Formats: sequence, structure tokens, C-alpha cells
Amino acid sequence: MCLGVPGKIVEIHEVNGLRMGRVDFGGVVKEACLAYVPEANVGDYTIIHVGFALNVLSEEDAQETLALLKEMDDLGAGEQVIE
Amino acid sequence: MQNVDQFRDEKKVRVVLDELARVLTRDWTLMEICGGQTHSIMRYGLDQLLPRQIELVHGPGCPVCVTPLELIDKALVIAARPEVIFTSFGDMLRVPGSTTDLFQVKAHGGDVRIVYSPLDSLQIAREHPDKQIVFFGIGFETTAPANGMAVYQAAREELKNWSMLVSHVRVPPAMSAILEAPENRVRGFLAAGHVCAVMGYWEYEPLAAKYKVPIVVTGFEPLDLANGILAAVRQLEQGRAEVENAYPRAVRREGNQPAQKIIADVFEVCDRKWRGIGEIPESGWRLREAFRAFDAEHRFQVSDLRVSESPQCISGLILQGRKKPNECAAFGKACTPTRPLGATMVSSEGACAAYYRYGRRIGQ
Ligand code: SF4
Repeated sequence: MCLGVPGKIVEIHEVNGLRMGRVDFGGVVKEACLAYVPEANVGDYTIIHVGFALNVLSEEDAQETLALLKEMDDLGAGEQVIE
Repeated sequence: MQNVDQFRDEKKVRVVLDELARVLTRDWTLMEICGGQTHSIMRYGLDQLLPRQIELVHGPGCPVCVTPLELIDKALVIAARPEVIFTSFGDMLRVPGSTTDLFQVKAHGGDVRIVYSPLDSLQIAREHPDKQIVFFGIGFETTAPANGMAVYQAAREELKNWSMLVSHVRVPPAMSAILEAPENRVRGFLAAGHVCAVMGYWEYEPLAAKYKVPIVVTGFEPLDLANGILAAVRQLEQGRAEVENAYPRAVRREGNQPAQKIIADVFEVCDRKWRGIGEIPESGWRLREAFRAFDAEHRFQVSDLRVSESPQCISGLILQGRKKPNECAAFGKACTPTRPLGATMVSSEGACAAYYRYGRRIGQ
């Protein structure tokens, strides 16, 4: 039950006084509770655990992680050339 | 995330592993806490791609595995009662109790239902006012926000026919217990990314300082895992022991504050027994006094249970990272996912199940 998967919020509404939404996991759309991500908007990506969104994934940070990797790759390749 | 494929890209993983090989000068043993990560590591074969000097041992982060046997037995007794609809995450149904499991209770006429979210259990309670609905509220910090919210909602709606059988566990005290053990070999931790999404990682800072171990917040995709391992090894090689976030797109230091607030409102810290491991001080959450009415243990007085664990099962040692599943004599023989002897063979996050599923059959 801890295999939290990222999904995209496609709709936000309210049920029994709780902020809920519909979240798309690559084509499979499920209902999830958005009470813990008051800042989330339609189009945001989030990790869902047992029907609850735990965060809003940061696109910026994802890009930064990938950019760091590219740097590592370029450095690594450079070293190999020198060798 | 649009770019989730990039975090699974083998070429990118190799770049990190090459860098790892470059910084590595000696053997290191790391532990991934979370069973979801164990599963990912096996699935993508990371354990086989890593330089030989790096050993990954698998931690206790499988909620199904550590739920105490006594509580499973209580669940079985409650679920068999005629007035009860017993609701649970699907993983719990095959977990062996002392003599049977929830599937068998269901096969013998018990009303046992799998739910995806604890809120589904509340809905069943609203639809069946003549029945007692019990939810099996287990898990780590990742399920606590959901289970806490269910209790909170039940209180708000004054639901009289809903209660929760609670066995919540917390990661940091378990890490202390692992590090305190005299035979401990773990030199660094990959902290479970989604636990940290909820709780943040400030809780780990005193641990890293006290035990001088690097603790790296790590995600679940192969690239995330490789990055977490690299960060931990870099620290070890440089003689550092810090808390580091290698999963910044999902985790912030302070965690999810609204979730932490509900957890603190509904639960209080307690000592908790872990299946196979024993009692760990302050390692659990129980319902606060104000929510006592929703505590299934309180509502259904079940006592005098005599528990007995399979004598062959070494899952306790596995959950502490002291043995690997394929070192168990029963592994793949007397014990398989269809006929499990221990909880670690049942759950999708259990180390024994991961080894079985991904063919790590031979002891290494
Ligand atoms: S293989 Fe089965 S018996 Fe052995 S430790 Fe794992 S769950 Fe227990």
C-alpha cells in the first residue's frame, strides 16, 4: 500500500465537506482526497497513497535533478576523453 | 509527472552508477528502509547493476509485515463476527495469523471487503447503519494522514457504527533500534521518500548526528534510487553524516503540514510491537483518548488470544537487515506467495515476496 504513484489532477470537487479530485494515472482515473494539498490545481502532478494526495510534485525540481545528471554525464565523458 | 520516463531511463541510471564506481574506494552497506524501494530495486535489477562493494540490505518498511501477530489474530476474531463488515487494504487478507487468515474468514462466510481508501470504509458505514464497520488501520507515516482523516470524518459525522483497528508505526524509532543493535552493519540509510513527503526530514537530523550515518531521502524510480545511493556513498567516502534530500521534486524539509496536523490531532505516540522484531519504544501511534469511541480494540473486547508464529520463519531477522530472504530454509519451498509462512512473503512490499517475484532464488 505504500507504492505511491504519481498522477495528474484532472478535476477538483467537494464530497462530504472534503476536498476531493479525480486523478489520472496514465489513463486510469481514480477519485482521491485532496484535503492535504490545498495549493494543488488541475494539471498538477501528485503522489497518491491509499486515496490521499500527499504532495504536489515540483516540475522545477525534477528538471534540476535531470540537469545535475547531465552535468555529471558531461564531466564523466570529459574525463574519459582525457584518459 | 510528464518526465517519469526519464527517471526510468537506463542510460541515465548508468551515468549515476559510473559516477558511483568513480567515487567508491571500499565496501559499504546501506539500508533502504522502505519495502516499496526494495521492490523497485529488484524489479529494475539495481542490486545486480551496482558495484560489488555496495551491499543493500532491506529494511522493515513494509507495513503488512510488521503488523503484530496479536493484532492480526484480533482482526480475524472481529471479522468473523456476524454483525461486522471488516474492511481492509487488500494486502492484509493473505497475511497469516496464528491459525488462519482473513481470506479464510471470508471463505467461511465473514463479510470481509477490500477497500482502496479508508474513506471507502466510511461510505460502507453510511450505507449499512445496521452493521458494525471495522477498518484495519495499519501502516507507516504514509497511510497515517488517510487513516487519521477517516477517524476525523467519522467523529465529525458522529458515525456510531464505524471503528478502526489501529496499528500505526513510525520510521525514526525503528532506525534507532537498527543502529543500536550490536550486530548492526548499516552505514547509511536511504530514507523512504513518501514517508518524508508527509513528515519532512527534520526528524532524521538528530539521528544522523547521533549515530554518524548519512541519511538520504530517496525516491522510488530507478534513477531516484541510484541518486540516493550515490549521495550516501559520497558522504561516506568524504566522512560526512548528514541528512540530504535526493528526492526534491516530492519532498520538502518541513513535510506536509496539514497532514501532520491531522496526525497530531488524532494520534498520540505509543510503544509498539513490530512483528518478528519485538517492542520498539515510541515507535507507534494510537488513537487519542478523545477518539477512543472509534477504537475497535475498545469496542470489541477481544482478549485471551494465544499467538503462535511459524517456527521456520526468519522474517524478523530479514526485517532488521540481518538476513536476506534467500537465506531462509523455507524460502521458495515450504514458503511461497500462495502458501506464505510469514508476512514478508505476502505483501507486495515484503522482501521475501520481492526476492521470489524477481527470481533472487540463490543465496549470494
Ligand atoms: S521465506 Fe517465508 S518463512 Fe522464510 S523468512 Fe520469508 S516469509 Fe518467513
